[in-house]
Amino acid sequence: MSTDPFIRFRDVSKEFPRPDGSGTFLAVDRLSFEIARGEIVAVLGKTGCGKSTMFNLLAGLIEPTSGMVDVTGHDPFREFAYFRGKIGIVFQNDRLMPWRSALDNVLLGLQILDADKMEAEATARGWLTRLGLAGHESDYPHALSGGMRQRVSIARAFAVEPEILLCDEPFSSLDEMTARDLRSEFTRLVKQNGKTAVFITHHINEALEIGDRVMVFHRPARIAYEARMDQTSGEAERRNVQDRILEVLSLERSVDAPQV
Amino acid sequence: MIRNRRLRQAFQAAVSTAVLLAAWQFASYFFPHYLFPPVQAIFWRTVQIFIDIPLLIEVLATAARIFGGLFGAFLLGCVLAVVIGRSPFIESYFTPVLVFLQGIPALSWVVIAIIWFHGIEFRILFIMVMTTLPAFTFQILDAYRSMSKDLFEMTMSFRPSAWTLFRVLIVPTIVPGILTAWKVNLGNASRVVVVAELVGATGGVGYQLLLQQQLFDLAGALAWTLVLVLFVLVVQSALVAIEAWALRYRPVSERAA
Repeated sequence: MSTDPFIRFRDVSKEFPRPDGSGTFLAVDRLSFEIARGEIVAVLGKTGCGKSTMFNLLAGLIEPTSGMVDVTGHDPFREFAYFRGKIGIVFQNDRLMPWRSALDNVLLGLQILDADKMEAEATARGWLTRLGLAGHESDYPHALSGGMRQRVSIARAFAVEPEILLCDEPFSSLDEMTARDLRSEFTRLVKQNGKTAVFITHHINEALEIGDRVMVFHRPARIAYEARMDQTSGEAERRNVQDRILEVLSLERSVDAPQV
Repeated sequence: MIRNRRLRQAFQAAVSTAVLLAAWQFASYFFPHYLFPPVQAIFWRTVQIFIDIPLLIEVLATAARIFGGLFGAFLLGCVLAVVIGRSPFIESYFTPVLVFLQGIPALSWVVIAIIWFHGIEFRILFIMVMTTLPAFTFQILDAYRSMSKDLFEMTMSFRPSAWTLFRVLIVPTIVPGILTAWKVNLGNASRVVVVAELVGATGGVGYQLLLQQQLFDLAGALAWTLVLVLFVLVVQSALVAIEAWALRYRPVSERAA
């Protein structure tokens, strides 16, 4: 893993107008962090702490109010087209197009990138096979289980060979057994393919299991606690990190942030 | 008891049609034929329309007017729906006008078209477009607005061009709405075209109905009506088949019966 910053947030703030028009609320407050190439960072925080806003800023879907978001030396919001095929996103729900078969859903990103038709199909089939969905290529989403659908969405994100993977609580709607299987599969795929990943979750164990590093957010989004898991070897050390995270999270009560 | 649902429905339709025909035939024995012509007379007049080329051309002219009007209204409705859907500012100005247009009776459009325009075909096209445009616009707009925000965000995460976004997301999203709009407007258009031809044309099913009225020939009037109904049923069936193909991804439980 390179130690050069691959993703950099520098004093990033984001304000949204309140839905009732009474001023603005601050979702992200002078957030600064760096992520190295090939690193998996898990982001933890309570509901409404600004995790998803940080996610959207990183994906270039919204513009920061102030500060700088830098991904591989480029601004993901202003240089929207530059990041075509460079960022893959796995969402909380599978977001499969119901009118497309499993194969066609995986092909979506490749079609948007104008990839060669034959190569694209081979790539999509390959990813479905790697995720245990061989034989289900022609199935429509309604015929697949929740776990299978989420596998298709993971295949869709990986198929475009992105440099960065952004995951927004991708396993939270699955049962524990399926989520555990997919978690280990996902981590293996990220490592094997040398991807840089930002993984948002509100499960402490999931964050500790997946992340090379865990960042805990306070509201408005800023880092309240950070721990390197790849240097945390023993069970006791891991338990210490877990306790510390619990302590940090318990200092703050959950809030329902206005929907934006 | 017929277990197969389709067979049972076909049987029920056949029984109710047979009862209606029998009642009509029964009435024809007791009333003058200019009031209740026998079923076989209506049947042979209908067959004659299909085998007599000049009469068949009259039917095809009406069909062409229906399709021409519907295509015109559909294309214009698509453009209006997209423009309105993208701009709340434009919506606030366009929607009241469309609501107002929707309230104007077809016969008023016939009178307006006769006063404004000279060409018969253009008059009928104008009437067809004006009477079906608001419904097309509102139905396509509703379909456009029902587009899933989740799917929109997911698609945008791949950073598509505007054309690709339209092709891969917007078109499949609005297809069910478009098909419904066509099915609804086809019935409206077939009624309006007859009124338009009756008043302002020298050919077509509406004009033929006017001739039958002048000749006091109810068998002829019913035969032309039957042809128009058959045309609508055939096109409706084609639309249902297209819908079944286009929406084949839906689970059986979510499909229309």
